[in-house]
Amino acid sequence: MGPLLLSIQLATITTLVLLVIATPVAWWLARTSSRWKPAIQATVALPIVLPPTVIGFYLLIVLGPYGTIGRWWVEVTGSALTFSFTGLVIASCIYSLPFAVQPLQVAFQSLGRRNVEAARTLGASPLDAFFSVAAPLSAHGFLNAIVLSFAHTLGEFGVVLMVGGNIPGETRVISIAIYDHVESLDYATAHQMSALLLIFAFVVLLSMFVINRRLLKR
Amino acid sequence: MSMQTSTTGTPAGIEMRYVLSHAEFELDVDLEVPMHGITGVFGESGAGKTSLLRCIAGLDQPSFGRLVVNGKVWQDTASRRSLPVHRREIGYVFQEPRLFSHLTVHRNLDYGRRRAQRRGVNVDFDQVVALLGLDGLLLRMPDALSGGEAQRVSIARALLCEPRFVLMDEPLAALDTARKAEILPFLDRLHAELSVPIIYVSHNIGEISALCDQLLVMQRGRVIADGDLQSVLMRTDLPTLAGEEAGSVVIAKVGSYDAEYDLSCVRFSGGELFVSGRHEPGTELRVRVRANDVSLCRVRPSSTTILNILPAVVEAIHPDSDATVLVRLSLGSDRLTARITRRSSTELNLQVGDELFAQIKSVAVRNVLQFETALPQ
Repeated sequence: MGPLLLSIQLATITTLVLLVIATPVAWWLARTSSRWKPAIQATVALPIVLPPTVIGFYLLIVLGPYGTIGRWWVEVTGSALTFSFTGLVIASCIYSLPFAVQPLQVAFQSLGRRNVEAARTLGASPLDAFFSVAAPLSAHGFLNAIVLSFAHTLGEFGVVLMVGGNIPGETRVISIAIYDHVESLDYATAHQMSALLLIFAFVVLLSMFVINRRLLKR
Repeated sequence: MSMQTSTTGTPAGIEMRYVLSHAEFELDVDLEVPMHGITGVFGESGAGKTSLLRCIAGLDQPSFGRLVVNGKVWQDTASRRSLPVHRREIGYVFQEPRLFSHLTVHRNLDYGRRRAQRRGVNVDFDQVVALLGLDGLLLRMPDALSGGEAQRVSIARALLCEPRFVLMDEPLAALDTARKAEILPFLDRLHAELSVPIIYVSHNIGEISALCDQLLVMQRGRVIADGDLQSVLMRTDLPTLAGEEAGSVVIAKVGSYDAEYDLSCVRFSGGELFVSGRHEPGTELRVRVRANDVSLCRVRPSSTTILNILPAVVEAIHPDSDATVLVRLSLGSDRLTARITRRSSTELNLQVGDELFAQIKSVAVRNVLQFETALPQ
């Protein structure tokens, strides 16, 4: 059970962090006409295209104790980012960023400016208009973003292997554990864990589609 | 913010000066709108009417702009001051209702009301709900409303945020004729019962004639005429007003009603007019006469299907199209416009100062509750 719980914990924290980061990015991308938009959009989409090992490799260098961020982290906290749970959260956020940004961006684009303009003329500040009108009207976008980033983080393997390694209770998430058991020819445990992940993933996706259908019907 | 305290200009009015240029469009206006009644802004599409409203609301930023409302500076680009949209005490009714689909009608109405810490006109919730006929709709979701109902809710929502004035951008344009006829009386009642000034944008001269007290005419981003409704409508020299719908408005008082023919007789300074339908004797009516429905004759015609024949004096003759001219007539202290063929004008040898008779084929009448086309021949 340990590796599954660790995976769920990682996916939950990553999803929460991503909501905070991806929402303003998606909002900006949906509304801007800046000439920087294509560049930002391409950067955000990179993790979809790049092999996880490439992302993992660069993150290993940047987050490692001799990397720019890693060195600063060691100075501030006294421990290394690589091969730690915190390092995994950072890596997962980058790896899953497009899966949070894109559904939100699509939702914000289809929302358009009209409702927010109406809210502003009725006395709502920009932030107020976002939370009281734009966010509830984009609920299905948030749901998609949550489920996709959660599921994508849950299924991550290559990046974890590069940045996190295989430390039980710290970075040994379920995908790594299964790989490990297969390597040591312990097929029985690999079966159990794989089935567990399969059922869990199915239940999560199923509930998303059910909720989404209700949201669309509303 | 401190800008609220700086004071200039006339106390009760909206003073604005805007310059805004896009690739294919330029807005350049400098005008003052009184803080009472309904001010119509008329012009063809692309004349800059919507841009003007969006600048006043703060939704668009002009390259140069200054807006002073009741002596308080809301915007002055020269000193880089501009109140954000939500701090401008306005109500805005868009062409489409823009109701929040996740909230009930009641909560839509509350949206602005809850956020209004405004000292504008005091507006009573129950009064507005009654005025716009929303009683049975409060618990519905916006999706379950007809187009006309939704637009009424959006008008109520704008009024309930207690604005100093309301901006209406073609609120009826997206509705079909039947829905328009459904909303006009409500707007009329607002006009009569609430003292909220309204700036009303439309490209429909019929709507403008029915509702407005003052009128601005815009063309290619500029204001080309400005004044009280009746006198601006008489400006036959304005190309935008001289179209198919050119006409004039007179205020008349209902004299009597003839039940046998279902005709009401109304009086104005130029004489008596018959209009169809029952109107309460003593009430004031706004009567709109289209230039196309007025013809002229030298002698009073004795046998004609046209009931309304009134003596008139030619005040001015304006060229119209190749085939027609517009003739401005004075009847008592009122004025009417007639569109006649250039040939008739030559054959009658029409001159300024001529005394003759105007035959009026049909008139549109509005009283407090209706605006209808009346009197078929």
